[in-house]
Amino acid sequence: MKSLQTFLKQPGVLSIAILAVVLLVVFPAIFDNFRLNLIGKYLTYAFVAIGLVVLWGWGGVLSLGQGVFFGLGGYCMAMFLKLEASDPITTKIQSTPGIPDFMDWNQITALPIWWQPFNSLTFSLIAVVAVPSILAFIVSYAMFKRRVGGVYFAIITQAVALILTTLIIGLQGYTGGVNGMTDLKTIHGWDTRTDEAKIILYYACAGMLLLFVVIGTFIQRSKFGTLLLAMRDKEDRVRFSGYDVSMFKVAAFCLAAAVSGVGGAFFALQVGFMSPSFVGIVPSIELVILAAVGGRLSLVGAVYGALIVNASKTIFSESFPDLWLFLMAALFIGVTMAFPLGLAGLFESHVKPWWVRNSAERHKIRARLKELENSPDEAPTLEEQNATVSAMAVPADGPDSLVMRRSSV
Amino acid sequence: MSSSTDFVLAVEDLTVSFDGFKAIDNLNLYIDKNELRVIIGPNGAGKTTLLDMICGKTRATSGSIKFKDEEMTTLPEYTRVRRGIGRKFQTPSIYENLSVFQNLEVSFPSGRSVLGAIFFKCTDEVKDRVSAVALEIGLSALLQTEAGLLSHGQKQWLEIGMLLMQEPELLMLDEPIAGMSVRERELTAELLKRICQNRSVIVIEHDMEFVKKIAHKVTVMHQGKILAEGSMDTVQSNPAVIDVYLGH
Repeated sequence: MKSLQTFLKQPGVLSIAILAVVLLVVFPAIFDNFRLNLIGKYLTYAFVAIGLVVLWGWGGVLSLGQGVFFGLGGYCMAMFLKLEASDPITTKIQSTPGIPDFMDWNQITALPIWWQPFNSLTFSLIAVVAVPSILAFIVSYAMFKRRVGGVYFAIITQAVALILTTLIIGLQGYTGGVNGMTDLKTIHGWDTRTDEAKIILYYACAGMLLLFVVIGTFIQRSKFGTLLLAMRDKEDRVRFSGYDVSMFKVAAFCLAAAVSGVGGAFFALQVGFMSPSFVGIVPSIELVILAAVGGRLSLVGAVYGALIVNASKTIFSESFPDLWLFLMAALFIGVTMAFPLGLAGLFESHVKPWWVRNSAERHKIRARLKELENSPDEAPTLEEQNATVSAMAVPADGPDSLVMRRSSV
Repeated sequence: MSSSTDFVLAVEDLTVSFDGFKAIDNLNLYIDKNELRVIIGPNGAGKTTLLDMICGKTRATSGSIKFKDEEMTTLPEYTRVRRGIGRKFQTPSIYENLSVFQNLEVSFPSGRSVLGAIFFKCTDEVKDRVSAVALEIGLSALLQTEAGLLSHGQKQWLEIGMLLMQEPELLMLDEPIAGMSVRERELTAELLKRICQNRSVIVIEHDMEFVKKIAHKVTVMHQGKILAEGSMDTVQSNPAVIDVYLGH
């Protein structure tokens, strides 16, 4: 019990435990299948948001093109699912049975070579991580080795997002164009559209997200995490301490891309389609907003940010169909103006100190009550009262206050 | 092109030009093992640029920089650091948001690759080294303090400490006592004398009293060239030096 308590008191552990309970117990208990599937969809965006925490929050590298990696992961998954949905029997009315319907509509008569490997589930799952990572490596290696950074890098990522969207739409016969890949049905014969499958997929998605949050926490506490913060503050000092700064940025960018790709794959699985509308500039910026609202320094905060922003989007658009875009804008502007470090920053600066203060007070009062119970006829003397007051005034700042500060800077 | 040497650092025919302006002009400089060299000169003489070129921040237009008989001009900055060149910047350049301990820990010369950093363990060896260096720079009691809260002088010492963590064979300090109090200057002079025991040190400094205290040999720079070189006394009595720098 004692060891469990000390384990929970480690910075970060308790917040991850609470997040796990919320995602794995509370949500499935209070929401029906439709809402749970919706939350599963929000969680796929949270993958991108936690990638942005590593890249932007810790590493100080802003990418406005994370939709690219989300989309690539999603497309890799969708290509496998589409091939499985296009078996010769289902597609026998096509002029070329056995190829995806959009190819048939575009007068393509054979499955292109680069589609062939996506018949294999193993290959597709590897591609979900590898394709975004490889593209991220090429883009970021070329940029960071040349010391391109800051706004210029952000603009380049936007260009990549625009190029990829145009490419996907332009190559309609190979990608499904604007409509994307629809009618995704089964994975290895297992129907992903049933209620039961949707619940299983929700748990898989939430579980994977939690795993990434744990890995992210490990990275944050490693020297790599410290170096990311150091680079953000004094890049030259890190460079002249013998580190190849550009490779650390490349690594952070690839990591964020890989995580986003996994999110995209879960999106394709849970929502049942993938389209260029999740790749372009606008969705990419929306993904950055998730991290900004949740708190760009906090992995757990980013997950809540993804949930809150997307839930508000759904609620606003259901209740105020005419006004919802304005309400969303107000939410973004309000949060980023009032709390630059997002909801997690708000929690660190206001809720946590309040909670610590309160629990210290409660502790005092409880101890005092116990004392009184033991000697019921003895009224508290003036000194004792004073002692209680002064003890309450001492700021309750634990030994881990430095760690807290470091993570909140 | 240039001869092989026994010097720790041999700079030969070094030139850098910014749009035609030669900040360093055909400069030659040789630093011995365990030498403490001070470079003085008026503002704009090219002192900081010279250090920038040795550590790789600025690329040479022509000429050679040899460190332990190895050509440095084409190597990237981090490789030069790993070979043993340490550089302290003019304004204290430390990680303000990290603790003093973390500042020193991050400077420990292992786990410098991406994977190495992810799986880096703060072993007893690292901790011992951090406490030894902290003792040397007088920050033992402040290891858990956030570095941004240190005084200006302490920040300067911390950056020197971060360099000591790397055990460089050549240490380059750009105005290490700028902005320090009299007492802090004395402590820094003692520190410099101690740390040049088993390495070469190049210091840029304006404070003549301080230079007298620490220098083995003084180099005077002017307009990207070397004006004079020698002991403090020879340099001080050199008419050309008096003319451009020390004043009458």
